[in-house]
Amino acid sequence: MKIAVLSGKGGTGKTLVSVNLAAVAKTATYIDCDVEEPNGYLFFKPKNTQKQPVAVKIPKWNAELCNGCRECVEFCKFNALAYIKDKLFIFDEVCHSCGGCSLLCPQKALTEENKVIGNIEKGSSDGVTVHTGILNIGEVSGIPIIKLLLSNNPTQKEDWTLIDCPPGSACSVMESIQGADYCVLVAEPTLFGVHNLQMVYELVQLLDVPYGVVINKSIDSENPAETFCRDKKIKILSRIPFDHILAELNSNGEIAVRTDETYRAMFSDLLKTIQKEVHSETIAHSER
Amino acid sequence: MKLAIPVDEKNIEAPVSESFGRAPFFLIYNTDTQENTFVDNAAAASSGGAGIKAVQIIVDYAIHALLTPRCGQNAADVLKAADIQIYQSMPGSAKANIEAFEDNRLPILDEIHAGFHGGH
Ligand code: SF4
Ligand code: SF4
Repeated sequence: MKIAVLSGKGGTGKTLVSVNLAAVAKTATYIDCDVEEPNGYLFFKPKNTQKQPVAVKIPKWNAELCNGCRECVEFCKFNALAYIKDKLFIFDEVCHSCGGCSLLCPQKALTEENKVIGNIEKGSSDGVTVHTGILNIGEVSGIPIIKLLLSNNPTQKEDWTLIDCPPGSACSVMESIQGADYCVLVAEPTLFGVHNLQMVYELVQLLDVPYGVVINKSIDSENPAETFCRDKKIKILSRIPFDHILAELNSNGEIAVRTDETYRAMFSDLLKTIQKEVHSETIAHSER
Repeated sequence: MKLAIPVDEKNIEAPVSESFGRAPFFLIYNTDTQENTFVDNAAAASSGGAGIKAVQIIVDYAIHALLTPRCGQNAADVLKAADIQIYQSMPGSAKANIEAFEDNRLPILDEIHAGFHGGH
């Protein structure tokens, strides 16, 4: 079962929820797709880590072979190329690595070169396999890393995979929830929290993935996030109370379910609720 | 000297467009001969890299300066390579901006926007 955990902005408890769910599931795979700021590994402290570089292919120009025909510039639909004053400009971060220009160049003046944009690290932590995607500083798109992270991990139906998504609702989030069976939206109970929730809510609706909400730092039973969910008829899966023990465990980089019985029970219930939701969604889907 | 100005309509009285890469047309104006031409901006509808392609289009008209309200980093890099100076246009018509340019009243645009990467 592939569960994607997302939120409209960082710091809402997305990592807290995905890490604790993976830890409480005992045997699980945790994939950190928040490649710009991965932090799940800080909690899991995985052992026996292996590192794998992630590279994309970027064209390289050979000035001597080029005759300035500009076919490559015309061809690139991403506009990653410009030919100015007898020189070809290649915009790495605009290039989508389609390889087309190198194939097409009549002078064979373009070749594909590997450019390392980051790494994937894999390790284990008490039954949880931890995969971390890390985008190098200065690189713009983590999508190739996310793609590799997810394709490295084809899930068996009965296994739990928890995907810690990047914050927001950009392409990288869409990429991260590709193939997810269920999305858990983590939100804070404030008005601002609702604004962020709205963003991811629109995204999951668009992609037609079943979803439910976890309210983090819940204090009062009546709050803007509750109202939003009631109005939109969104299932609230769990309410994580705002308390000092959890805040402290979290800031010390400890996994709550591994140290505290109360949280263990709470996240275990949440996992069961999700399982039930996925199950009933599957049935509903097959009846549709 | 030849200028390029992003415009919303094929008219020298038309206001300068809000955006460079996504403007529908470019006015190419020759300050020596007072000739003007309008060029379609084929980059306007691109999903990404519009600024880069827009520069490629105007560079081919051998212009010396671009008058625009704003400019992205990638476009600015290509413009620099092509020795095209970027001036910051003021609100108003293309014509008014040409006059301001000729009176040396337009500042050089030095605030370049970090690239917009199509939401990656
Ligand atoms: S297609 Fe090849 S030969 Fe033509 S401009 Fe591009 S690099 Fe040069
Ligand atoms: S590889 Fe594809 S996207 Fe990259 S510059 Fe060449 S044609 Fe454009």
